[in-house]
Order: sequence, then structure tokens, then C-alpha cells
Amino acid sequence: MTVVKGEPAPEGADDTGEMTRGGPDGDGYVPSERRLARERHRRARARRATAVAALSTLATAALLYLIVVNAPGWPRTKETFFSAHYAREAFPKVLEGLWLNLRLLLVCGAAVLVLGMLIAIARTLRGPVFFPLRVLAAAYTDFFRGLPLIINLMIVVLGVPALRLQGVTVDPVLLGGTALTLTYSAYVAEVFRAGIESVHPSQRAAARSLGLTSRQALRYVVLPQAVRRQVPPLLNDLVSLQKDTGLVSIGGAVDAVRAADIIVGRSLNYTPYIVAGLVFVALTIPMTRFTDWVTARMDRRRAQGGSL
Amino acid sequence: MSTLENAPEGHGPVLRLESVRKTFGGSVVLRDVCLEVAPHTVTALIGASGSGKSTLLRCANLLEEIDDGAIWLDGEEITDPRVDQDAVRRRIGVVFQAYNLFPHMTVLDNITLAPRRVHGVARAEAEERARELLERLGLAGKADAYPDRLSGGQQQRVAIVRALAVRPRLLLLDEITAALDPELVGEVLEVVRGLKEEGMTMVLATHEMGFARDVADQVCFLDGGVVLERGSAEQVFGAPRHERTRRFLRRIVEAGRL
Repeated sequence: MTVVKGEPAPEGADDTGEMTRGGPDGDGYVPSERRLARERHRRARARRATAVAALSTLATAALLYLIVVNAPGWPRTKETFFSAHYAREAFPKVLEGLWLNLRLLLVCGAAVLVLGMLIAIARTLRGPVFFPLRVLAAAYTDFFRGLPLIINLMIVVLGVPALRLQGVTVDPVLLGGTALTLTYSAYVAEVFRAGIESVHPSQRAAARSLGLTSRQALRYVVLPQAVRRQVPPLLNDLVSLQKDTGLVSIGGAVDAVRAADIIVGRSLNYTPYIVAGLVFVALTIPMTRFTDWVTARMDRRRAQGGSL
Repeated sequence: MSTLENAPEGHGPVLRLESVRKTFGGSVVLRDVCLEVAPHTVTALIGASGSGKSTLLRCANLLEEIDDGAIWLDGEEITDPRVDQDAVRRRIGVVFQAYNLFPHMTVLDNITLAPRRVHGVARAEAEERARELLERLGLAGKADAYPDRLSGGQQQRVAIVRALAVRPRLLLLDEITAALDPELVGEVLEVVRGLKEEGMTMVLATHEMGFARDVADQVCFLDGGVVLERGSAEQVFGAPRHERTRRFLRRIVEAGRL
């Protein structure tokens, strides 16, 4: 709970936190009574904050619970959306379907990063030779960012097989993955491009003045900084991609959503959808924690490098 | 042999500017600039803010394209459009006012990037030379630090090492102490003095008049887009010929900067 943590210590003020550690300074320093009193006060305040947070959380939860439970349609809703029986039946099937979502996420995620980066680079290339490439890349991002994903999926998943082209797959998973990649590459390309443009021109100037070619400046100086800065928005898009893998079910691929769908169709009870939804939510949480971990590790490594 | 040894030198000036003109939009920054820099000399560019000192340096390094005139490096016209600009920049080191170190790389990687990627020096060799230079500039313990953990003076000295690591023929220093706290200026200027003793050819734009008088073989006063006055430090500071130079120096003295 964030309330308890208090404010993060400002940079360089690293001896303001818990400090009765017995002086690693080794200069015989003994904390003064004033300092100890201050720390006691801080601890008391932290305990109070925790208590207040716990109380307020409980009160809010109780209130929400009462509102829902006292709603006129609650008994029926409870039976249709929160049936323990159907939840138990749906859970293993949904998990089985989720395996497909995970594979789609991995493959499409990798493809999206590569394609997005290529498009972003194409958009930032200068020089007349690259004019068609720039225009194409711009048209691509404009088109696929504007096209609703669901329509893109229907065109690719349902439209391509209808063409009956020789040698072209009709597998809804492959086609669905392709549609996802097309749309998400456009988003990710924009994230990369924003990152590239956020690197100050003086960095490029410094690289060029060292004799690096414009390609080398991009590769060694601009892109690494751009990518690092864009890790949070990139992971945001990946989380978004993760839940949108559920949309490939419109082509009939049996993923977590489709698995729930099958049971709903048979039982007319919507609990499986809730189960599938919760499973997707549960899946994104490790992903966000992973983002935090990556960012923290990056910061830590930099801090250590400096303390040498 | 000095570790700062230059590339083999030709005859005549290292850098020569002839009637250089540079405009930005409608405003003329350099109107008609002529300048010669002899090997192993230090040229100080002085003048009010906006007089074109930095622009001149950026033009000399081809970071800006000039409108008219010509620039020669070691007798080769580098403003010829057929010239390989990357090859020209490889022979010129630049140190910027804002250091412009690469924040995502350690000090060592900042310094060895160009030797390794541009000049094809092996990593071990590039790092050895980088450490040697760092040591000489009093930065021995900082090789693995990231730039944002260093003081401004340390960052600027790293930037100087980075520029020297490719053994440039000419070093351009653009107001390299302007962003520093007063007590850090000395350590950076000391490095420049050391380079002068080693015979490095340098052109520096500066507001540090005392330092310019001290270290420069040639002082150029830029005003109105031209080099209004050019001569030895004693001549320009001691007996300026032009009324505008006198006025500029008077203002500097009144501000306590000389």
C-alpha cells in the first residue's frame, strides 16, 4: 500500500531513512537524542498512516459490497455471473485456451517489436532515396492506427480464406496473429519514433563530430537512448496486445475467450467469461511487475557505476 | 613520445577560412569571416554573445553548412560538396559547452566508441589508451562511472578525453567552461593549458578573457559577422585598434572578468 511507504528519499539524501544502523561511517558517531526523537516520531506517524489506510480500505470495501448485494437484480446476477459450479468447470478449459494466447503474445510481441522498429527507422531516414520508404511507413502507421482492430481481424481472418489463394494459410491462429501484428506494429512504431525524436539533437551532433556516420550515430547513440526511454510505453502496448490476443477467437481459434464462449453457449451461464477475464488480469500483473523490475535494475546499475 | 601526438602534419595552416558567410533564416551570423590557424597554436575567438563564435566552430566541423566562402583543413577544401564529411570530422575533435556525453554509456564506452567504431581500433587497445588519458586528466577512478554521476568539471574533462581519443588534427572548444560552476572552471582550463604544451592545435570560443590572454597565440574579436580584430593576445588585449574592441573589453573589465 503506497500510503505506508511515505515519500521516496530524494536523491543524494540517503541518510535520512532508517538510520540507527550503528554508523557504518566508523567515525564514532552516536545519534543524538534529537535524531532519535525525530525517528520515533516518524515511525509513529507511519503506524498511524497504516492504520488509517487499512480502516479506509475496509470501509470502502464494505460500502461497495453492500451496494452490490442490495441491488434489486443481485440474486439473479450472482447466479448467472458468479456461479461456483460453472467457474470450476470453466477454469481448466480457459487455462488450456490461455496457452494459445500466451504463444500468440510471444510470437506477435517479438514480430511487433522488430517490425515497429523498422517502420520507425524508415520514418526517420533522411535523404531523397528514402522518400518512398518514408511515405510508405507514414501511410502504414496512419492506416493501421486508425483501423479498428476488430475490423482488421475480420478482414484478415475471414477475408483471406475467402480468396482461396493457393499456398496461403487459412489457419485462424496464423491469420489472427498476422492481423494483431499489423495493428500493433503501427502503435509500437509510433512509440519508437517518439523515443527517437526525444533524444536531443546535441547527442547526434556529438556523435557526428566524433566521425560516426549517420547510421552509426543512430545505432550506437540515438536508438539505445530512445528504446530505454520507451520501455514503459512499450510494455504498456504489450499488455494491451496480450489481452487483444483474445480477439483471435472471432475466427474460431480456441483460446481462453473461445473456451469460455463454448461453455457459455451450452449453459447460458456467463461465469466462464468472468473466469477468462480474471485470468487475463492475473496475467498482466506479472508483466507490470516485470516492467518495474527492469526499470529499477537499470537505475541501480547506473547508480553503482557512479559510486566507483 | 607524447600520447597526444597529432596526425602527420602538412605545410601551412591547419585551418583556413576564407570569406565565410552563414545565415540562419534572414539573420546574418557570419558575414565575411577570414581566419588562419597555424599548427601547434591556440586561437581564441572572443566577442559578445551572438557574435557567431559557436557558429564559426560548427561550420568548421561541417555541423552547419556555410552559405558562401570556403574552409580548408590541412590544405584540403572541406566545404567542397564532393568531400566525405565523415572523414573530415574524424580529423577534428569537438568539445561542447554542454559536454554532450552519451548518458547511456560509461565514461570508458563514451571514450572508446569512436576509436572502435570509426577507426577500427581493437577494444583492448582503445580501452588502454582511454585509461591512460583518463589517468593523465585526473579521472583514473571514473572509467566505469556513468556521466550523470560526475561533476560538471569531471564531465567536461571526460568530453575532452573523448575528443582526444581519436588523435584529432585540430581541437575545437566551444565555450567549454560556460556551463561550469566557478570553482570547477580552473580544472578544465588547466587541461587546455596542458594540451597547448603538448602542441595541440586548438580553436576555442570563450568568455574567459584572462584565460584567452594567457593561453592564446592568436586572439580574434568577432563583431557584426566579421573578424574585426585579429592579433597576438598582447596586441588585442593591450592595444586594441578598433573602437568596438575597446568598448567590448571595457565592458568585460567593468564586469570584473579580466
